[in-house]
Amino acid sequence: MENLTWTGSLGPLLNPLFLLAWAAFAVAVLAQILLSFVSGNPQMQGNALAMRKSPADWAGLAARAMFGLIVLVTLGYLVGGLLLPGPEAKGIIGTISTRLLPVWISLAVLFALSITFKRRLGLYGKLFDSTIGMVGFGIVMFWVFTAFYADMIATHDPLTQLSGMKNKVPGTAISGADDGVFGYYLLGGDNLARDVFSRMILGAWEVIKIAPFATVFAFMVGITLGVPAGYYAGTLDTILSFLANLILAFPVILLFYLLVTPEIVDTGLPTYMAMVLFIFPLIFGTVLLNSRYHTQPKFRNGIVAAFLAVGGLLYLSLISSNDPNAMIRILPGWLDLFDVPGNILVVFVSVVFVNSPTVFRIVRGIVLDIRTRDYVAAAQTRGEGAWYVMLWEILPNARGPLIVDFCLRIGYTTILLGTLGFFGLGLSPESPDWGTTINDGRRLLSIYPHPALAPALSLMSLVLGLNLLADGLREESLRD
Amino acid sequence: MGQFLLRRVGMMLLTSLALTFVVFFLTNLEPNLEKIARSEASARMTEEDVGLWLDRNGYTQPILSRYGQWLGVLPGWTRTDGNGEVTGRCIAPDMAAGDAPTFCGVLQGDWGTSTVFDTEVGALVWDKLALTGKLMFWVMVLMVPSALLLGILAGMREGSRLDRSLSTFSIASTATPEYVSGVLFITIFASSAVGLKWFKGTATSAAESANFENFFLPVLTIALYGMGYIARMTRASMTEVMTAQYIRTARLKGVSFRNIVIRHALRNALIAPFTVIMLQFPWLLNGVVIVETLFNYKGFGWTLVQAAGNNDIELLLACSVVAVFVVLVTQLISDVGYVFLNPRIRIA
Repeated sequence: MENLTWTGSLGPLLNPLFLLAWAAFAVAVLAQILLSFVSGNPQMQGNALAMRKSPADWAGLAARAMFGLIVLVTLGYLVGGLLLPGPEAKGIIGTISTRLLPVWISLAVLFALSITFKRRLGLYGKLFDSTIGMVGFGIVMFWVFTAFYADMIATHDPLTQLSGMKNKVPGTAISGADDGVFGYYLLGGDNLARDVFSRMILGAWEVIKIAPFATVFAFMVGITLGVPAGYYAGTLDTILSFLANLILAFPVILLFYLLVTPEIVDTGLPTYMAMVLFIFPLIFGTVLLNSRYHTQPKFRNGIVAAFLAVGGLLYLSLISSNDPNAMIRILPGWLDLFDVPGNILVVFVSVVFVNSPTVFRIVRGIVLDIRTRDYVAAAQTRGEGAWYVMLWEILPNARGPLIVDFCLRIGYTTILLGTLGFFGLGLSPESPDWGTTINDGRRLLSIYPHPALAPALSLMSLVLGLNLLADGLREESLRD
Repeated sequence: MGQFLLRRVGMMLLTSLALTFVVFFLTNLEPNLEKIARSEASARMTEEDVGLWLDRNGYTQPILSRYGQWLGVLPGWTRTDGNGEVTGRCIAPDMAAGDAPTFCGVLQGDWGTSTVFDTEVGALVWDKLALTGKLMFWVMVLMVPSALLLGILAGMREGSRLDRSLSTFSIASTATPEYVSGVLFITIFASSAVGLKWFKGTATSAAESANFENFFLPVLTIALYGMGYIARMTRASMTEVMTAQYIRTARLKGVSFRNIVIRHALRNALIAPFTVIMLQFPWLLNGVVIVETLFNYKGFGWTLVQAAGNNDIELLLACSVVAVFVVLVTQLISDVGYVFLNPRIRIA
């Protein structure tokens, strides 16, 4: 079999157009920026004062047109790749686009539904009014769906090593491939002759699995401690702020090196930290429900009991382990729903631990501001309990900045996970997650860049998507 | 002001004490000590030998008293073995036991010995800090002016095309962690396979003689990540200033746009970024660790990784003292500087 080219049979047609569009786009953008410094003066046109279209405007128009062309050609590559028969004609991009078909379909359905019903969807719907927000959301959902369908998309097992494929360039055909094995390494092979493309796709799952959950837990800890600290101020605030600043003064990497080593995992310290950190969602939920329904004791008892039963079971399953050597074995085996492997737990705990002080500070700051509002005073005058005021009057009004920060923080958590992988901490060295793969690839970076490049670009695009999404949300939530 | 400074310095001392104790505690946990024993003496020791080795080297005393010895507030341990030979914390191998000082801790200026590098920790850390200082200096030279320029250009006309493109650039740069941009730069500029081969992919040689070829990529990599954030803060501050009443007054008086930006807006717009730049230092420390590892530049960050990877307790403690010091001092400077720049704020 022949090795694949990047663009297959679409190449001769689209490549020149693509390069041309990029060149023209760069020139137009530069011209526009330079020309905008020589702004024209407004002139009388008829009896209205108006700006004549300046050269900068024309350059802007050209830039916009060229950008449209670039998008069109990119779409051409992807759609053309879907339609053409056979990997040789599709090229690498086309074949990848074909592998990603479930993702494209899901994205199309999601966007079609969301845009149709956007007026009924609140803040989420408003996101579709902002281009930046939509682009960010698109990129994020692309990776979420990719992670979700990872097993379907990946062409090879992420750990299988095929002989003769070590450090091969993207698109290399596998010589003497068996039937049923995909015939190419789409993005080449790494230094252990594993498929870079499959590792990249499965790495998305590793990241999507940990980052949002860790962020949720960090928010739970930050909110549960930050709201009372801001509301009561005083000694509680002083103590908690001192602790938060203490953790923040630690260089993150030093903390990781101290916490995420096999030796520390052996001492069981991460499990104890998990015990403390993971109980916060439980406390938060109980207080939340209790403060809302304490006037209807019967209903309150039922709902709090139900919440505690479900949450408690999840909590205990999370921290207790079936492993006979484990530190905490509270639940009997049949009741323990799932086991989190020690190295994932320690990564999870340390990421939550690093993030929660920052969330605490943000929440505290917002609450300090909001508690002086009239509606808080009104609730206090009504005789509402302190926790009701905090969780049902103040917190909902703090949601705007918190949602925006949540998106940013998932991105930051992704970067932290990558950092951990980059230093070879926590996750197993074979794990396909992006940080570890970058770490693997960096030793031969100047000779074979492709094994490190694929995960690096993936990580960058996911974080960029999250940042754009946060920006779009900020813009839309400020609008009203 | 004096009272404020005093309180802050007190807080700093308290924080450093707490943090070093945490580091001390974590590095002295049972499995870590066992690791040290095995790497220092012999990898194939039995459990018993490990225990003996630890006992002989003073690792088995209660943790608080050892922390006190490290600090220099408790006398260093001594120990007489079967042959009547006296060993101890403060007794160097070629020193008579009687000549040794009683106290040898941080307060006496003795930072201990590094087990990885086999040298005095104090001197080692200073050397490495000098190297990292060189890196940081060039990072600042590159990052601060370009970030401020980006922010001011973007913020002077909010919503313009220039603003949009520069803001997109800032977002992209904050979304690119050092280990990603470093990999990209090495691929593009230094890779021998596909790259332009303009620069070198390693900065090891920059420790002795830094030049543009071997030093630019690491500097750029660190600067880029911080740049986006500072630029965004500058932009936010600049847009706020540009909507202020006195800017409108100046406009209505007929002052040209250029003069408004340079004479009237700039000074007020630069107050907020000052704080941000100061608070960026701790983050830069992070970047330094990553970049020094990636480019193999043997400075402070690289040392920290070596120390942490080999559980070199005393070196690690010294590194964390330095790191904490950097964080807290920059916080202090940013608070005090804020007052000087903004006369409306008074510190009680």
